[in-house]
Amino acid sequence: MTAVREPVARPEEARARRRQPLLSRRRLPYVLIAPAILFELLIHVIPLLSGVGISFLGLTQFFIRNWTQAPFAGLGNYRRALDFGGPIGEGLLHSFLITAAFTVIVVALAWGMGMLAAQLVNSEFRGQRWFRTLFLVPYAAPVYVSVIAWSFLLDRDNGALNKLLGDLHLIGDEPPFWLIGTNAFWAIVMTTVWRLWPFAFLMILAGMQSIPKELYEAAEVDGASPWRRWRHITLPLLRPVTGVLMIILFLWTFNEFNTAYVLFGPAPPSSADLLSLHIYVNSFVNLNFGLGSAMSVLLLVFLLLVTVVYIRVFRVGSDRLAA
Amino acid sequence: MSFPSRIIRASAAGALAAVVFAVAACGGDDSSSESSGKLKGATINYWASNQGATIDQDNQVISEAAARFKKETGVTVKHKVIPWSDLFTNITTATTSGKGPDVLNIGNTWSATLQATGAFVPFEGDDLKAVGGKEKFLQTSFAASGAPGEEPTSVPLYGLSYGLFYNKKLFKEAGLQPPKTWSEFVDTAKQLTKDTDGDGKPDQWGFAMEGGSITENAHFAFILGRQNGGELFDGNKPTFDTPEIVQGVSDYVNLIGRDKVADPGNAQYADGTRTANQFAKGKTGMFIYQNNAENNLKAAGMEKSAYGVAEVPVKDGSDTPIMTHVAGINLSVFANTKKKAAALEWVKFLTSPEEQVQLNQSFGSLPVVKQAQSDPAFATPNLKTFNGILAENAEPMPLIPEEGQMETFIGEALKGLISDSATKGAVSDAEVEAALKSANEKMAAASGG
Amino acid sequence: MRHRSVRGRLAHATGLAILAFITIFPLYTVIVSSLKPLGDVRGEFHWIPSNLTLQPYIDIWKTVPLAHYFVNSLIVAVCATVASVTLAIFAAYAISRYRFKGRTAFNITVLSTQMFPGILFLLPLFVIFVNLEKSFGITLYGTYVGLIITYLTFSLPFSIWMLVGYFNSIPRELEESAMTEGATPLQALFRILIPVSMPGIAAVAIYSFITAWGEVLFASVLTTDETRTLAIGLRNYSSQTNVYWNQLMAAAIVVSAPVVIAFLAAQRLIVSGLTAGGVK
Repeated sequence: MTAVREPVARPEEARARRRQPLLSRRRLPYVLIAPAILFELLIHVIPLLSGVGISFLGLTQFFIRNWTQAPFAGLGNYRRALDFGGPIGEGLLHSFLITAAFTVIVVALAWGMGMLAAQLVNSEFRGQRWFRTLFLVPYAAPVYVSVIAWSFLLDRDNGALNKLLGDLHLIGDEPPFWLIGTNAFWAIVMTTVWRLWPFAFLMILAGMQSIPKELYEAAEVDGASPWRRWRHITLPLLRPVTGVLMIILFLWTFNEFNTAYVLFGPAPPSSADLLSLHIYVNSFVNLNFGLGSAMSVLLLVFLLLVTVVYIRVFRVGSDRLAA
Repeated sequence: MSFPSRIIRASAAGALAAVVFAVAACGGDDSSSESSGKLKGATINYWASNQGATIDQDNQVISEAAARFKKETGVTVKHKVIPWSDLFTNITTATTSGKGPDVLNIGNTWSATLQATGAFVPFEGDDLKAVGGKEKFLQTSFAASGAPGEEPTSVPLYGLSYGLFYNKKLFKEAGLQPPKTWSEFVDTAKQLTKDTDGDGKPDQWGFAMEGGSITENAHFAFILGRQNGGELFDGNKPTFDTPEIVQGVSDYVNLIGRDKVADPGNAQYADGTRTANQFAKGKTGMFIYQNNAENNLKAAGMEKSAYGVAEVPVKDGSDTPIMTHVAGINLSVFANTKKKAAALEWVKFLTSPEEQVQLNQSFGSLPVVKQAQSDPAFATPNLKTFNGILAENAEPMPLIPEEGQMETFIGEALKGLISDSATKGAVSDAEVEAALKSANEKMAAASGG
Repeated sequence: MRHRSVRGRLAHATGLAILAFITIFPLYTVIVSSLKPLGDVRGEFHWIPSNLTLQPYIDIWKTVPLAHYFVNSLIVAVCATVASVTLAIFAAYAISRYRFKGRTAFNITVLSTQMFPGILFLLPLFVIFVNLEKSFGITLYGTYVGLIITYLTFSLPFSIWMLVGYFNSIPRELEESAMTEGATPLQALFRILIPVSMPGIAAVAIYSFITAWGEVLFASVLTTDETRTLAIGLRNYSSQTNVYWNQLMAAAIVVSAPVVIAFLAAQRLIVSGLTAGGVK
């Protein structure tokens, strides 16, 4: 595959070429991913496998000091987690359904708003820079702060949201609760979307930069409306980027912990009982790590299935464009 | 996407190796080495909890105590103040990994749970003598240091107790006295709930509660349930849904929905400061809280003369006038410590009468050592009331290893009920029973595991 | 875009206005609350503060050692970002441009780490760190290094995937033409692929930075007083007796402002892509 101009090699040159094994074509990819592998193993993979291992143990407060002494529980933890008639399984199922609904809504909103914003901001107009920065500001604040600010906003009597809705005459005399009851679901949706959509915006905007302007101009000349331009140029060419973005947003939102935890602590209202928090309570509050790990493995299996299906159906990561 | 079997085999080997590796030194069982004979020059690590108005204040108070300790014994104490949001998790990681401080504060309701981990030094025999012996402690507080029948792995440090705070001005204006029974209490609260600015809605409330906090809810379920003659456990079996507990809980949650003496907004209160703040504004007649709420009131600018403290109202005709669970902070020593003698010395120092007076004064808590109780610093009418309650009308929360789960299940059941009370109105006994039954089932499943 | 109709311009402006409002509304609340005395903040919400005060901005430095935490966070986040982006670029280049054995396994493994709730990594990770200290004397607990390693790894999977996607959308012809002229693969990477991928790289760098900047759970157990980061330090405005809302909001602004300014600078990188992409 090398270029044609290979002259007859002199012995020294040949030896010199053989003496560069490390960065040879064959080894290069392995060398390049080696550091990433090392860190992934240490920080992600080994702990994850430990988590899987723990799910087969009855690891409760009696044994956290010495995991090797924890009794082998086989599939016991899994059975309890999946027994939807029993209290634990029922709670898990409920939490799962809430989280699924939450994830679908949040990802749709975040992606939609991100796409809209990227589209709006990608053209030339005065103040373009300021809008680009403004939309990133929610993302710049530490997570704890944004969520705490929202918890502050959402208070029924002293919060700014009800004040706004009241001033706009959208609510009557009885301001609604946001932090308790069924509205708590919308509280976490709002808070998560507010934090998440700038991220989607950022990634989509970056992706849009590799779409040549000439394509748009040509289409405009041909009389294509903004919608058609978006539908037939932007969307397809963004696929490598948005393909990854969607699945990642899905995975992250499904595993979302901080929002619910900072807003509600270890006992969220039933309408806001996100799976990640549910598992946290079982592990770190109730100290039943065996059960918490089993729930995590079930979650992992589910998300793995979703991802595999997604990749198959949408053929994300295919090398069509780069071939 | 076919997986070469090589990869499967590699993953299995990896999984096994991972668990072994992660487990290998986990629990770090260096058998607790005996202390070096000499104390002088040793350094120990201490994790303090947040008791004061700011972490900074805690730091200062502990630093000063450490300085006094160093002068006396030559031992240096390196301390770290850990906020409550992190303390339990930090203790968990320390227990798991074997890497932690030498001495630490724990919430005393955690004592049985932490005892079950086996990671802490049991206070028995010589070790108990080294910290000054059992007799010097207040007996109710000491009884809450571990599961009954087993050697405790913690000793009391700061005492806390619930009491009824009441607004003197509002009471005087209405010509009321602090209520003694529950029915008097509800009545008093009703009289104090009024619409003072003519907009048709009450803005002065008779009572305030921290309805979103699971720990507060769990405590009240215990206290009021006990007042009605109920028990949360029958031996090892949870009995949350017995009629007595149901009654107590129903009384509590319906203060918002049926009796309408507390602001429905209270259902959102969860950070432990809002009830006191609402009271400090002067538009609330009463609230029931632990004595360190006095710090909150002070921080909110309320004069000490503006409020009084009375005994917690007791259910009419009750044989079990429990007004508080035995609340407080305890001290534990990690079994892995390499400086056991120095650690025990620090524990002894912190629980000495002089230090007890100093520390409890700074933090607004109650002394747990008999000798310190008679100090004039604690002779104020409010503190005397609290002390009396802690000594006479206190019982420990169930001392079981699953205490954390119990608090979670009961606390969230009540949180849901209070939420319903705030959004829908009166909560029926059947609904209370259903919620407690569900908590009961979860508890049974948890202890069975 | 140049020939936008009035309707188009109106739609454009409306869209921007709505999104701007959604973004600004909570921010405004934060700003306004940081300028009120504590009593006012806890009371009913007013759009314009009746008692304007800058005192919170003075108090925040005393209530919590904010400057110290800020420096810690900055060190950890910057190092983690640089390391993570570098490793991600290399790995993404390998995955995007080469077919090698184990590529699929690596992809799946990396992606599957995103499917596990982060909280369950905590205990095993802590144990690993302690083991490393016991066996090899490498102290990771309570050091910047431990936190940096953790954070760079957290942001690695997504960074790799994102960059793979981005690299995939850039035709290989660019590098191949350079390599026929004698450039090594690495030189092609640095001289061609990276400049053209600047938007993607900048986006990924921002993501890595923010991940490290705001992480709370692991910081709460892996840091000591010396290395404590902002993310958890900010929680100290909420104590047993009081939540100092106004100070918390003021600190939030003080802490986010430099990051926003850095964004202003970084976003030039995001849109600069086309200047190098004239090849297309």
